[in-house]
Amino acid sequence: MTATTKGAQDTPAKPSATAGRPGPAGGIDVAHVLKDAVISALIALGLFGVIMGLKTEQAPGGLVLEENWERVIWAVGIVFVGRLLLNLTIWRRPGGKIDDLMPVGLKKYSGFVGTAIGAALILVALTLPFLPGAGRYHVDLGTLVLTYVMLGWGLNIVVGLAGLLDLGYVAFYAVGAYSYALLATTFDLGFWVCLPLAFILACFWGIILGFPVLRLRGDYLAIVTLAFGEIIRVVLLNWSEFTGGPNGIGQIPRPTFFGLEFSRGEGGFADYFGLDFSSMHRIIFLYYVILVLAFVTHLVSVRLRKLPIGRAWEAMREDEIACRSLGLSIVRTKLTAFAIGAGFGGLAGAFFATRQGFISPESFTFIESALILAIVVLGGMGSQLGVAIAAVVMIGGFEYFREFEQYRMLVFGAMMVLIMVWRPRGLVSARAPSVYLKERKKVGADMVSQGHG
Amino acid sequence: MDYFLQQLINGLTLGSIYGLIAIGYTMVYGIIGMINFAHGDVFMVSAFSALIAFLVILAVGITAVPLALVMVLIFAMLISSLYGWTVERIAYRPLRGSFRLAPLISAIGMSIVLQNYIQIVQGARVKAIQPVFTGGITLHEGDLFDVRISTIQILIIVTTIVLMTVFSLIVAKTSLGRAQRSCEQDQKMAALLGIDVDRTISLTFVMGAALAAVAGTMFLMYYGVVDFFIGFIAGVKAFTAAVLGGIGSLPGAMLGGLLIGLIEAFWAGYFSSEYKDVAVFAILAIVLIFLPTGLLGKPEVEKV
Repeated sequence: MTATTKGAQDTPAKPSATAGRPGPAGGIDVAHVLKDAVISALIALGLFGVIMGLKTEQAPGGLVLEENWERVIWAVGIVFVGRLLLNLTIWRRPGGKIDDLMPVGLKKYSGFVGTAIGAALILVALTLPFLPGAGRYHVDLGTLVLTYVMLGWGLNIVVGLAGLLDLGYVAFYAVGAYSYALLATTFDLGFWVCLPLAFILACFWGIILGFPVLRLRGDYLAIVTLAFGEIIRVVLLNWSEFTGGPNGIGQIPRPTFFGLEFSRGEGGFADYFGLDFSSMHRIIFLYYVILVLAFVTHLVSVRLRKLPIGRAWEAMREDEIACRSLGLSIVRTKLTAFAIGAGFGGLAGAFFATRQGFISPESFTFIESALILAIVVLGGMGSQLGVAIAAVVMIGGFEYFREFEQYRMLVFGAMMVLIMVWRPRGLVSARAPSVYLKERKKVGADMVSQGHG
Repeated sequence: MDYFLQQLINGLTLGSIYGLIAIGYTMVYGIIGMINFAHGDVFMVSAFSALIAFLVILAVGITAVPLALVMVLIFAMLISSLYGWTVERIAYRPLRGSFRLAPLISAIGMSIVLQNYIQIVQGARVKAIQPVFTGGITLHEGDLFDVRISTIQILIIVTTIVLMTVFSLIVAKTSLGRAQRSCEQDQKMAALLGIDVDRTISLTFVMGAALAAVAGTMFLMYYGVVDFFIGFIAGVKAFTAAVLGGIGSLPGAMLGGLLIGLIEAFWAGYFSSEYKDVAVFAILAIVLIFLPTGLLGKPEVEKV
């Protein structure tokens, strides 16, 4: 570990506000608070004034400026009032640690609460298509959320367990999606045959990425994985003869139920079981497919943690040098983590392709990688339940605000910042170690470093 | 040969812009050890500030080009510094001392915020301006075409050299530079010796953002188009440049920037322009395999 990070970890996080402390007599220092709010408003004026106030518009004969001062006044006003109110209320408490808001009683039962929430989530997930009031929209949304839960759990193997920061995870998602799309449209292979193939191909690409980055650590690893993700996307975009280029691949076959297609008429799923044809059948079927795939991901990662290789991952995350000294092969440990994590990304990708019926490189941009990583980190690295909750909250919230097209990305970004500032260790910040000597101690997610030793 | 020279000039220009952005990454990484993911977007905001300032100056009716350029530059640097400072204050300072991924995630969040903020307030369409500088010098008259270096290319390369010298001097000679280098080595010790660590880090962000503003203004003048998405690609390339040169090292960032610019220009010139990004990233990966700390980076000593 470098001296910088060690020093940084030793210093406790400072409360974000320095202004608005209670005055010497315990009352509010009005002058101080007002001065602080005015300074904030002035900074906001500098930030927003010109950029918001003057909009560049394309007009015949070049760009023109369009004045729009009203929204500047609003923005500056919100900053002024907001800062004033925050100083008068929340930031007044000395120390101002928001972590302590959780009642002590709840903390004691956090293990039980976790199990209860987990069980409730599983129950809802199992019965979602048949819950009263659940329509096509909800099942579709559930499918989307589960895809991200699965991706989150897959990335969790690489980031949470093995401690390798991967910013290009979407590449494996793309590999899985394109493998299935190409195999299905070129060789007429079915979904169920292609699924293991997509897994294997994605694993293979995981190893290809793994080899060059074996010696890299921390942020160097992050940037190379990011670069790898971009390389895959650029190749998909430009290799038109093979991948269809920016037009993507369409008409990807849908999965079958033991050979039965979800089509109207003779020999279809509805006909075989004597049901009335409904387009909901396929949607519900797809929902259960991803549910099973997600459960498989979960079970595999939980079981792997108990196997020697899983223990090697966690050991490598905690201390790579100690790991090497004890005779573990870093090459094998890192490559298996990359390969298995990538494989699950590939499975999710194949599912994505069959669900959408159409894929193009646009679905595999960096923002997807960032979103999946955000789910893993916000959920608390290494925690299976946390990742699931984070996926539900983020993807669900994201879809819920679909009407506010333009603003929802803005709010999404702001939420990422706020949640990190509020709970840097993620929503579920402690997890039980997989291996323990006498008693199970909670390990904070902050102990999870990135193979820095 | 003529073609080679022309690509060399184009590559140097592009590399200078990348280098200027890369310095912001490398300084921040050196001092607090994090990837300032929002830096590319600060660059984008500064390009927009430069665009607005430019249009205002046109509207006011100032026609003296050098005066206008200086005004645009100063304005963009001011706005950009303010953004750099605010980003650090809101998204990174509360997370100082937190575990390593936390600032990275909040940086990615900040980058999304800045991109969408500009998209909302300035619109998603590409903004194009008329070229300001049209002249140039013909270096060599070839059979097929002339090797030319345009006024703006000269301006970009000269500005970059001047700024690099100034900033190297700031880091090497001034008390601020000394404070920065001491924070880089050991923040706690620096604080004990009376250095205001928070202020030093803030100023580092301001310096990085100011250089990004120069790069943003030059980008606007050189290409004549900006949109809200330029920050991502430029940011990733500049970060690649910083890593290639050895992160934490100022000359390394400049060298890395120039190399990335040259690789991109030559690849686009001789092979295919579609795969120029692939070439850049592939070379980054190859360099890191053989020199894991970059070209001029100091090898990291592991202590057990």
